[in-house]
Amino acid sequence: MTNISLEAPEAVRGQPYPGAPDNWKRFFTFSTDHKVIGIQYIVTSFFFFLIGGTLSMIMRGELITPDADLVDRTVYNALFTMHGSIMLFMWTFPVLVGLGNYLVPLMIGARDMAFPRLNAVSFWMVPVVGILMLASFLVPGGPSQSGWWAYPPVSLQNPTGNLLNGQVLWILAVAISGVSSIMGGVNFVTTIFKMRAPGMTWFRTPAFVWSVLGAQLIQLYGLPALTGGAVMLLLDITIGTSFFAPERGGNPILYQHFFWFYSHPAVYVMVLPAFGIFSEVLPVHARKPLFGYRVIAASSILITVVSGAVWVHHMFASATPGWMRILFMVTSMLVAIPSGIKVFGWVATIWGGKIRFTTPMLFALGGISNWLFAGITGIFLASVPIDIHVNNTYFVVGHFHYVLYGAIVMGIYAAIYHWFPKMTGRMYYEGLGKLHFALTYLGTALTFLPMHPAGLMGMPRRVASYDLEFAYWNVLASIGGFLLGLSTLPFILNMVSAWIRGEKVGNNPWRAYGLEWLTSSPPTVENFEETPVVVSGPYGYGRNQPLVGNIPNPGLTQFPESLTQQQTS
Amino acid sequence: MMKLRAILIMTVYAILVAMTSLWMAKQSYSWFPPEAAAEAKLLDDLFSLFTGLGTFIYLGVIGPFLYSLVFHRASKYDMSDGPPIEGNTWLEIVWTAVPLVLVLTLSFVSYRTYEKMAVRGPMELVHLHMPQIIQPAYAEPFDSKPQQEIQNAVETAPIEQIDVTAKQWAWIFHYPKQDITSTELHLPVDRRVRFTLRSQDVLHGFYIPAFRLKQDVVPNHEIDFELTPVKTGTYRLRDSMFSGTYFAANQADVVVQPFNEYQQWLADAAAGSPTPAFNRAAFEYSQANDRSGTTKDKVAVRGWDTIPPAPPPVVNYAPKREQES
Ligand code: HEM
Ligand SMILES: [Cu+2]
Ligand SMILES: [Cu+2]
Repeated sequence: MTNISLEAPEAVRGQPYPGAPDNWKRFFTFSTDHKVIGIQYIVTSFFFFLIGGTLSMIMRGELITPDADLVDRTVYNALFTMHGSIMLFMWTFPVLVGLGNYLVPLMIGARDMAFPRLNAVSFWMVPVVGILMLASFLVPGGPSQSGWWAYPPVSLQNPTGNLLNGQVLWILAVAISGVSSIMGGVNFVTTIFKMRAPGMTWFRTPAFVWSVLGAQLIQLYGLPALTGGAVMLLLDITIGTSFFAPERGGNPILYQHFFWFYSHPAVYVMVLPAFGIFSEVLPVHARKPLFGYRVIAASSILITVVSGAVWVHHMFASATPGWMRILFMVTSMLVAIPSGIKVFGWVATIWGGKIRFTTPMLFALGGISNWLFAGITGIFLASVPIDIHVNNTYFVVGHFHYVLYGAIVMGIYAAIYHWFPKMTGRMYYEGLGKLHFALTYLGTALTFLPMHPAGLMGMPRRVASYDLEFAYWNVLASIGGFLLGLSTLPFILNMVSAWIRGEKVGNNPWRAYGLEWLTSSPPTVENFEETPVVVSGPYGYGRNQPLVGNIPNPGLTQFPESLTQQQTS
Repeated sequence: MMKLRAILIMTVYAILVAMTSLWMAKQSYSWFPPEAAAEAKLLDDLFSLFTGLGTFIYLGVIGPFLYSLVFHRASKYDMSDGPPIEGNTWLEIVWTAVPLVLVLTLSFVSYRTYEKMAVRGPMELVHLHMPQIIQPAYAEPFDSKPQQEIQNAVETAPIEQIDVTAKQWAWIFHYPKQDITSTELHLPVDRRVRFTLRSQDVLHGFYIPAFRLKQDVVPNHEIDFELTPVKTGTYRLRDSMFSGTYFAANQADVVVQPFNEYQQWLADAAAGSPTPAFNRAAFEYSQANDRSGTTKDKVAVRGWDTIPPAPPPVVNYAPKREQES
């Protein structure tokens, strides 16, 4: 039996490979260490989160008054196009891939991802995508103005007449992002199938890993459709093929099928890992096993399968025939069941627990409550008659931001706080974290709740101006939006200062179960000095059994004194 | 003893939740614009049902959730773990079965409502190649009780036929019988109206919130669409499918009026000579591109290139209201 000390020797800490720079500079190298790549993903995507957020502030600035008076209509259209695209392709996907990259190998007891070089290449395509996206602000005619859906024929109209225009750059960016994600998908799926530690059977695999598996399987079956659609669109624009161009006999609805065949399940590529995060964070901070773990784990795969057959619910108002509307209404409603199972499991997990309101716990709880709300409005949207009234209105915008901001971004924050001590060996500042949570939770409600009534009243989405009757709800939403902008400041402050001089807290400050807590913080290059041999399930709270046979029980580590005070106060 | 108390608390909570849900279900009617079409009534009832059930589920879950957050917190120096309960097969079966039954019910009710709305005209039948399936629903569009009168009116009155053309960025309504063109949509109350929707360029969305109805207008497709206005007044038609630069300004008024007034309007319009109508998109475009700067509007940031809007449509009738703005 090896004895691991609380602190890894300075020389080994977080060193990506022998001879690599042992400081922040390693994050700027072509590293093949999944932990370095994970952090590269997370930091890069956060940069884009701030850019996407800034764009949304300008949009909310425009929408604080009914008239289009802050920015021109073309600018507004470019803003929501780039906001949506950047938030999805440059923030949510990459940051979740980053978390998965960092955590999955550690959680399954592997030394790295299955294909470390492929992993690094996947990452370095992300900045390329980002540069293409941002470059479109500089080309004549400006960025794409056709929304993140890029529905033809609007996306085929090219007012500049140039071949190099914002729309073409946008398509290239999305296609490259697709290729990067497919490579990532192959890597994750292989890693999860092949590299689990001895003894880690499927039902000893953490729920987060299951959720990443589900999400990445979607990437593999879905992305080819999106990428194919994007290429056909590109051909229509550049060499004048007629897949989608109606004036040349093409069918624009066909594009919608390609697009949504991927882009509905894509919601689950984003939300499944967030579910996984909730499933990991709750047991630790409520000190109870994940209730219904097997069902929660399996429901991730069920969601993967079912969500492949619901895409037409985005096209109920297109020229979709009645039977198809009804069929896809039923399949869409069925997705509510595996999602619901998870929510019940989480509530049962905290029930009767020993709950601590740490920052990650607050974000997880907040995220779950928002998801509950968003899930219910999602069922509304699945109903064909209701969707006919509310689709393409602010009701939908409110709904999907509740998913994206309320549940997914909250989940991401929960993960970053929860695993921050693992990644850096230091603890974040609780006070700042709680301030961050309070601002985020209030901001989310104030921004996105008012969008629902505005939508029910009939305010269309993607409008730079609106009728006076909607002004009240929009003023509220704008104030909330600025509050959300503000909420990122304590977060940045917290992360930067805690990384530099936060309290050193050892390997397992939460006294958590899970393989990732068995190794040093930050983990050494090879993750584990000795491959762990798993002997029990992942959430052994309250039963004093070892998780692995060859490394001492992590539950024995004590809380650092300062934390004990804060967390219980 | 403990058990009894728990059951009591749960019962009281369930009753409170049920009452709140009922209240919300009633409340939901007030979140909408006026019910100006028969379809709107159907939708609002369905929405109310969803709101009631949704509230019930939300509170039903959030209650225990908040309860444990408040009462199951670790006390100050308590470093121990909670009870290691991992699952409960019976409970798991119940909470899979209940949502399953619930969503299947909601699907069925939604289907019935959709059938009653019968918003798709005969074109749908042609596309489907199986008219007999749609026909019954089509012939019986309404709830029997509250809308008996409307139903009678619909069955006896001939259907009005109106051609709708959408383009970047204008709505043009053509009344083929009288050969009248207008940028304001006039409809007779309590009559079934059939539209033929066409787009000249990109996707548009035919959306009248007061009717709760929406249909994308697709280039190269003629889409038949039906509805029955039941309340006189002026409502707003909005483009719901993003159609480019002046998308937000692509709106029109919808005037629902008694049948005789409607006929009077048709007669008056037929007498009017065709003139170019005011068009918001064309107007804004000319202002933004006015080099002399005399009519510059007050926009802080000028933007990028755009498709020039189509010239203002030439119509027999154009609303006054828009000319003023
Ligand atoms: C401060 C936070 C945010 C604010 C104030 C905000 C605001 C908005 C607004 C006003 C729109 C335009 C809605 C429309 O007219 O269709 C929009 C669209 C959108 N937002 Fe956000 N948003 C925020 C955060 C996010 C985040 C975090 C994500 C993703 C993770 C996101 C994803 C999107 C998407 C995908 C669209 C659709 C764009 C399109 O229609 O093409 N937003 N947002
Ligand atoms: Cu969807
Ligand atoms: Cu949704």
